Amino acid sequence: MDYAIVVGVDFVYAIATLALISLGLAIVFGMMRIINLAHGEFMVMGSYAATVAVHHGVNVWISILIVPPIVVGLIGMAVERLLVRHLYGRMVETMLATWGLSLFVVGLLTTVFGDTTEGVPTPLRGIAVGAYQVSGYSLFVIGLTVVTMLGIYALLRSTRFGLLARGTMQNADMAAALGTDTSKVYAVTFTLGAALAGFAGGVLAPVSGVFPSIGGSYIGRAFITVIGGGASPLFGTASASTLFGIINQIATFASNPVYGEVALLLSAIVLIRAMPQGITGRFFRGRL
Amino acid sequence: MKISRRTFVQGAAASVCSPAIVKSAAAADPIIIASMYDLSGGLEAAGKPMYDVLSFAVEEMNAAGGLLGRPVKVVSFDTQTNMQLYAQYAQEAALKHKVAVVHGGITSASREVIRPVLDKYRTLYFYDMPYEGGVCDRNIFIDGVTPAHDTEVLVKHAMKNWGKTVYTLAADYNYGQITSDWVKKFVQEGGGQVLGTEFFPLDATNFGSTISKIQAAKPDFIVTILVGGGPISFYRQFAAAGLAGKIPIASTTFAGANEQLVLTAEESNGILLCKNYLEALDTPVNKDFLKRFRARYGADYQPISDLTMASYQGMLLWAAGVKKAGTLERMKVIEALESGITLDLPSGPMTIDPTTHHCILDVHLAMMKDKIPVPIETFAQRKPLDTAAVCDLKKSPNDTKQYIIKVK
Repeated sequence: MDYAIVVGVDFVYAIATLALISLGLAIVFGMMRIINLAHGEFMVMGSYAATVAVHHGVNVWISILIVPPIVVGLIGMAVERLLVRHLYGRMVETMLATWGLSLFVVGLLTTVFGDTTEGVPTPLRGIAVGAYQVSGYSLFVIGLTVVTMLGIYALLRSTRFGLLARGTMQNADMAAALGTDTSKVYAVTFTLGAALAGFAGGVLAPVSGVFPSIGGSYIGRAFITVIGGGASPLFGTASASTLFGIINQIATFASNPVYGEVALLLSAIVLIRAMPQGITGRFFRGRL
Repeated sequence: MKISRRTFVQGAAASVCSPAIVKSAAAADPIIIASMYDLSGGLEAAGKPMYDVLSFAVEEMNAAGGLLGRPVKVVSFDTQTNMQLYAQYAQEAALKHKVAVVHGGITSASREVIRPVLDKYRTLYFYDMPYEGGVCDRNIFIDGVTPAHDTEVLVKHAMKNWGKTVYTLAADYNYGQITSDWVKKFVQEGGGQVLGTEFFPLDATNFGSTISKIQAAKPDFIVTILVGGGPISFYRQFAAAGLAGKIPIASTTFAGANEQLVLTAEESNGILLCKNYLEALDTPVNKDFLKRFRARYGADYQPISDLTMASYQGMLLWAAGVKKAGTLERMKVIEALESGITLDLPSGPMTIDPTTHHCILDVHLAMMKDKIPVPIETFAQRKPLDTAAVCDLKKSPNDTKQYIIKVK
């Protein structure tokens, strides 16, 4: 029984981390039809922001929860203004441009920090479950992911910005004709997506090593989750991360993490073949 | 100015001949050697200190009058963690610079790129790294530990103190796979059992399910053979689950890339290690080396790890061979090195084993305490028995293979 709880936490944690790393990408994709291939590097910049803050003596919770989204949000705002804005409606060109950006960021981080692994100490202790131990920080990440998803839902559902954003998402031309400043909506949405990426990077900094090229291991999983989930940023992310997280963990427990990753990729191929528009292309249509 | 045929011929003859005259006049021409380390890219952090200690050895040699009365000059190739560059630079070193020796290569993969090229162009090669063992080639000398040197000592000590059941986590390439086979062999010899073995890529960062599986298996201790920047997070996640100290860890790789500096003291305390070199070794040779090195490179230079030290010691072994041979001629130097050269080095006495071209060396057990590997016990003069089981260069000097050592 105790062991079932330990394994259960692992499953939920796998789902939560998938959702957490995908959310920023999903919002930008769902709202703007833009795939930001520098998403992984936005996360890494968040991790580095947290690391630098901790090394400068900032409180660890502020360093991982507050500093990264602000720093990366500001960077995202600049990127939108300088790069993405000029490529709206051209998905392939945007992918190419953001991919270039990701290479640039990896190079820049390597120059500044060197290609060495850094890290933030884990701020929470382990918790005993009978004869076993679970990581307190894993439980914290799970809770935080749920709160973040609910927060984004509330933002899009019940604020004026959410209304305008949803209107722009459904029909940008009509929203513009009715007086919505769509380019402003896009700018805020992209900044929000970047801030969420930085947030995810900050939250994961205490459990994973931080090095310049680690973004590559995030972007693959985030990309698959978003494409598998389809157009709805919240329902898509939640459903796809649940599906892929469970498949990944079953394979991991049955064999090892490498096959876990293989199973995740295979199931993504099958899913996209069966549902080219992603899960929310068939179910939960038009939901957030 | 009018140039007659005569003045032209005179001038041309003079300019063609003069370099030869200069060359023969300068007896103190530098000896050119090559270093091939990844000074940028993924392995930059490992390569830079290796290059520093190698240059330091050469600097001191030159200050003491050089080698065979000639200064030594290092041509440094930055291989940028790129296999293609290893092949290209090995050729360039051998053909363009005609170097006396190549020191370098970090991963086993890079060594296997360089080795055939240098074999082909008959250029001596020193691979200064711990690795999985089995290379059998008269043109190469290796001064790092292989599993027979360190893994047996590590596993036996851990079993004596902690118990008989083991869970192994290893890097997913030949070093990790072969070393995990050795772990299994030594555990079974000691009457124990390996409960599970898992392999991880060099960028793996999620160890949650592995930690749960370890808890279910309830081993007496864990052996880690992990390599890379990602797997550092295993130690962190293991500690975050509250398991640090509850299930002890022995590692063949920890601290090799100064992993302890990224982690907190609590996360790494109690990890058992077995190394050829430790900074904390209390010998006059080591203390003197550290004093001289830190005077040159600064007191805040990162700890010199086992991996780094091998480059310094490899350089000294090669120089001792050249001195004994009295020439740079490749076969003469190889024969001199095969005559059983022993040097007293910072890691202890080291002798080149003529039949395998690996080394007979001391290994030291240590335990992590407050981010420093503290020595426990020294096991003197361990032989490269794993490679010796498959390789005899006296009997078959033309061998150029890396054998996969079958562990039974």
